[in-house]
Amino acid sequence: MTTPSYTPDPTPYVRRDVNPVRILTFTIDGRDVSAREDETILSVARQNGIFIPTLCHLDGLSERGACRLCIVEVKGAPKLLPSCVTLPRQDMEVTTNSDRVADYRRKILELMYSERNHVCSVCVSNGHCELQNLSVVLGMTHVRYDYIYPKHAIDASHERFSVDHNRCVLCQRCVRVCDEIEGAHTWDVMGRGITSRVITDLNQPWGSSETCTGCGKCVQVCPTGALSEKGKSVAEMIKRRQFLPYLQMMRREGRRAVAEGIR
Amino acid sequence: MDIKSEPSSRSSGEPAQTTEDRRWRLVNRTMRMHGNEPHALIETLHSVQEHFGFLDLDALKYVAGALRVPLSRVYAVATFYHYFTLKPPGEHTCVVCKGTACYIGGASSILDSIQQEVGIGPGETTSDGQISLLTARCLGSCGLAPATVFDGQICGRMTSAAVLERIRRWTNHDTGD
Repeated sequence: MTTPSYTPDPTPYVRRDVNPVRILTFTIDGRDVSAREDETILSVARQNGIFIPTLCHLDGLSERGACRLCIVEVKGAPKLLPSCVTLPRQDMEVTTNSDRVADYRRKILELMYSERNHVCSVCVSNGHCELQNLSVVLGMTHVRYDYIYPKHAIDASHERFSVDHNRCVLCQRCVRVCDEIEGAHTWDVMGRGITSRVITDLNQPWGSSETCTGCGKCVQVCPTGALSEKGKSVAEMIKRRQFLPYLQMMRREGRRAVAEGIR
Repeated sequence: MDIKSEPSSRSSGEPAQTTEDRRWRLVNRTMRMHGNEPHALIETLHSVQEHFGFLDLDALKYVAGALRVPLSRVYAVATFYHYFTLKPPGEHTCVVCKGTACYIGGASSILDSIQQEVGIGPGETTSDGQISLLTARCLGSCGLAPATVFDGQICGRMTSAAVLERIRRWTNHDTGD
C-alpha cells in the first residue's frame, strides 16, 4: 500500500470572520504599538496620541499623499515615507520627529508659501488656517526660497462661494470630498507641476458649472482660505466639518448593504 | 446599426457631432472598442486629437458624456498630457524635444531663439495661425540630440541657426510643401 503524498493546499482557507486582519506590533518613537495590518502608520500614531502633522489628510476622505508633511523616518529605509499611505510592518521602527524630518517638513511648508500668494493678513481664514497653524507648530519662521508671486485670479462667480487660487495648496480635499462624499466630481486638478490648478468642470467659472450641487462641502474641508463663503471678511471664515464622519459612515454602510444584497 | 454611441443622460448639451462627420465615426469606434467604459478616456482623447488636431470644449463634453466621466476629470487628463492640445494647431508645427539628451544639447537656447524670432513660447501659436511651437518630453531620438520635428519630419543635431532657417522658410511661404 502506498501512502498518499501530502501536498499542502496552495491557498489555505483563512477564516476571515474569526480573525479578519492580522495584528502586528512595531514601534513609533520608541513606543511599542500594535496595529491592524490594514491601518496606516498615521492612523496608529494618532490612536496613540503621537503627533504627526498633516495637511491633505482628512478623516473620512481617501488618502492622497499630496502634501508630504506626514513624512516619517523608517529604520532601514533610505527615504522618508509619507505615513498617511504607508502601512506598518512587523517590528518596524518609525521615528516621527527627528531633526531630519523636522527640517524637511519646514522646507515643504516654505515651498508651499513660495509657490502661491499666502498673505495671511488679508485672508478670510487668518487665524483658522491649517497652513498657518502648521507653520506655527513646526516653527517655520521665514521662507528661504524666492517667492514666485504667481498671478492668480479669484473666481467669485458662484452664488454663495468663491475660490481664491492664491491660497490653494493643492491638497485635493475639495476634489476628494466632491467625488467621494457628494458624488458630483465637480472639482479636479488641471495641468501638471507648477502650473497645476483646481478647476470646476471644464475650467469654467464655478458659477456656470453644471455639475456643482452647491452643497459647500469643498468649502468646509478646504484647509486654507482658498475656498470660502461669500460675505466673510478677514479672519471670519471658520470651517465646519462636523458633517464628514457621519456622511462617511452612511456611505460605508450603504456600500456594505449593496455588497451584501448582491451576494 | 446605430453608429453614434449612446450618450448618457448628463450629456444634454451635446453638440451635433454625430454620424455625418467621418472623424466622429472613428472616435465613436474607439469608444465602442473599449465598451464605452470610463477607462477608455485617454484612448478616446488620443483618437479625437489624432483626427481633429486638437481637443475643443465641445469634444471634451461629448467624450465626457459618452464615457460617463466627470467633465473636470476629462479636462484634467487633457491638460496633464503634453500630447493633447486644446487649441487648433497652426499651419506648421515645430516640436522641440526637451528630453535629457536634447536638454543638455541646448534645447532651451533653441526655444529662446524661436521666442525671439517669432515671439511664441511652448504651446503657443503665432497670431496669424502660421506656426505652432510645442515641446516634447522625449522623442526617443536621443542619438540625434538636440532634435526637433518640423511638420512631422524629425531633424537631428539642430542648432538655433538651423531651426530659425527652417522657420523662416515657413514664414516666407516658400516651403513648396
